[in-house]
Amino acid sequence: MRVTFPHMGNLYIPLKAMLNYLEVDVVVPPPSSKKTLNLGVKHGPEFACMPLKLNLGNFIEAREMGADTIIMAGGCGPCRFGYYAQIEHAILKDIGCDMQLIVLEPPEKNISELIVKMKKITGSRSWWQVIQAIRFGYQKALAVDEMEKTAFQVRPREAKPGATDRAFSEALTLIDNAASQVELAEARKKADTIMAGVARKHGAPVVRIAVIGEIYTLLEPFSNHRLERHLGLLGVEVDRSIYLSEWVNDHLLFGLVKNLRSSKDACASASPYLCHFVGGHGQETVGSAVNYALAGYDGIIQVYPFTCMPEIVAQSILPGVGSDYDIPILTLIMDEHTGEAGLQTRLEAFIDLLARRKETREAVNR
Amino acid sequence: MKGYLGIDVGSVSTNLVFLNEGGIVCEAIYLRTQGQPIATVQKGLKELNERLPAGVKVRGAGVTGSGRHLTGVLVGADAVKNEITAHAVASLLLVPGVQTILEIGGQDSKIIILRNGVVTDFAMNTVCAAGTGSFLDQQAARLNIQIEQFGEIALQAESPVRIAGRCAVFAESDMIHKQQMGCGLPDILAGLCEALVRNYLNNVGKGKEILPPVVFQGGVAANVGMAKAFEKALELPVTVPSHFDVMGAVGAALLAREAVARTGLSRFKGFSVADSLFKTGSFECTGCPNMCEVVEVAEQGNVIARWGDRCGKWSNEISKEEKIS
Repeated sequence: MRVTFPHMGNLYIPLKAMLNYLEVDVVVPPPSSKKTLNLGVKHGPEFACMPLKLNLGNFIEAREMGADTIIMAGGCGPCRFGYYAQIEHAILKDIGCDMQLIVLEPPEKNISELIVKMKKITGSRSWWQVIQAIRFGYQKALAVDEMEKTAFQVRPREAKPGATDRAFSEALTLIDNAASQVELAEARKKADTIMAGVARKHGAPVVRIAVIGEIYTLLEPFSNHRLERHLGLLGVEVDRSIYLSEWVNDHLLFGLVKNLRSSKDACASASPYLCHFVGGHGQETVGSAVNYALAGYDGIIQVYPFTCMPEIVAQSILPGVGSDYDIPILTLIMDEHTGEAGLQTRLEAFIDLLARRKETREAVNR
Repeated sequence: MKGYLGIDVGSVSTNLVFLNEGGIVCEAIYLRTQGQPIATVQKGLKELNERLPAGVKVRGAGVTGSGRHLTGVLVGADAVKNEITAHAVASLLLVPGVQTILEIGGQDSKIIILRNGVVTDFAMNTVCAAGTGSFLDQQAARLNIQIEQFGEIALQAESPVRIAGRCAVFAESDMIHKQQMGCGLPDILAGLCEALVRNYLNNVGKGKEILPPVVFQGGVAANVGMAKAFEKALELPVTVPSHFDVMGAVGAALLAREAVARTGLSRFKGFSVADSLFKTGSFECTGCPNMCEVVEVAEQGNVIARWGDRCGKWSNEISKEEKIS
């Protein structure tokens, strides 16, 4: 059995770590690229959202590398993501890529459900080993997110363009290569030093923007045209409403890890705008907008794939949040037709506006 | 005479203006881009140089529009700014006190909200390319009427028909349907204007507070039918400024004035750029599966700019300083 899984940003690092820990043979597909998208667009239904097309491309590329089993997340509720695993499986079968499919549905009652599914993949490993593997993977997720947060901070202040990107990829490789808990602790220390070593310029005014929206387009840089990097290079400090470790903690570990930002808070903040679940992360998007506005951010960018229903609901609510909390909100919709020049124009204009607002506000406060 | 040069290179049109130091538009040139931004800019510069009196001194140059980065490298621009900022700056100069700007160009539609002379909010069409300008152009051609007459004919309408305007494809099929039912041309054209305005207000202007004075600009503002449809839908008077079609270029020139005031020196290469030999080429980078299309711009054989690579491998090779001069 050679297992593969779809890409979603840096998800491959913790997932690979977990599976390797259990001595499962893993095939990590090549990073999502134009080729991946082309494969997905060719074989996927036109009206499916971009995540499905990219997943499909990932699987086909992994198949070329010898993978025969897919691990894929499932879902429930109004968002159609829930049946993507099945659709993708059927499409793969149609084009002659017969692969075994294991769907990890979010456990409904408790964590043991997840462990049972894990056992399917891991075969004869003991429960203890499975739990240890999950723990190890989770620690990697935390480490990766930490590096990413640092990168968000450093990029707008870097003295030499591109220095942050280089340091970040170096740090990620270190974390990725750590094979045990001891090695991971060491790698984290080294990675911290590398990130801290990026030369910064001081005193430059920095606009703070929060990026919110649908999880896949938020986490997968290929799907959002490396939005966060663009923003960073334009002198913006970014924060993101969902990090991998938070999502795993919320949805797979039932909040086992304490002191971590939780989607429950975001949902609570969505009231009175949106008081119930609308599928996907619609409610979290609205709530995060409120939270970021309260935290004093200068602006908010909502990102989602074309045709994403929960985010369309959120988008129609966001202007109200924006005017109530006096914060500009920009929406970017991604699909394979999105052109980069248009994206650039919208970002530049948005940042111009925020910088101008910040300047006048600070002048008034002085 | 001294002044500032503004260039707006859009998908459909390329506009150049020359502003004197007092901010008065001395010359304005409107050209069709025809998919060749470099040749068009050079043509525009040549024409502008001929029209301006001899001995004119360009104290700064600004560029905007979707071709701004390319043109900025070409002419040596002091300000490279997006259309939103440029349009807002120009509108403020020509229509003091403006609070809402409706802008429909060849490809993009935008709404800009200003309060107390500062941009406080903006929106641009999101998913749909919304080529309202191009669409009107194409429909005029299909109906065999001059685009300049489009608005006038629409004004003759007695009872505009309702056209489904969610998207250009639907609008066209609905227009053909109404045409086959025997509706008059003026009624159909007026109906189309209303449909486009409805679509604009629903998709671009949604949730925004539209307060007077309202300015309508961009190439589509030439169409009096559209202006009237806006007035009807908003129940507000709508002003079309005299330089409505070159507002981006006016804004770019004003931004250049600001930029030069800060740096004290212009990077403008001079009108001789019009005779320089520019060559663009592209190649597919094979460094990774992204297979980015990297575009190279060369002036007299020297590579002056590169872009298109996601990772920065090629564009970073030419450092920032060299990129501009």
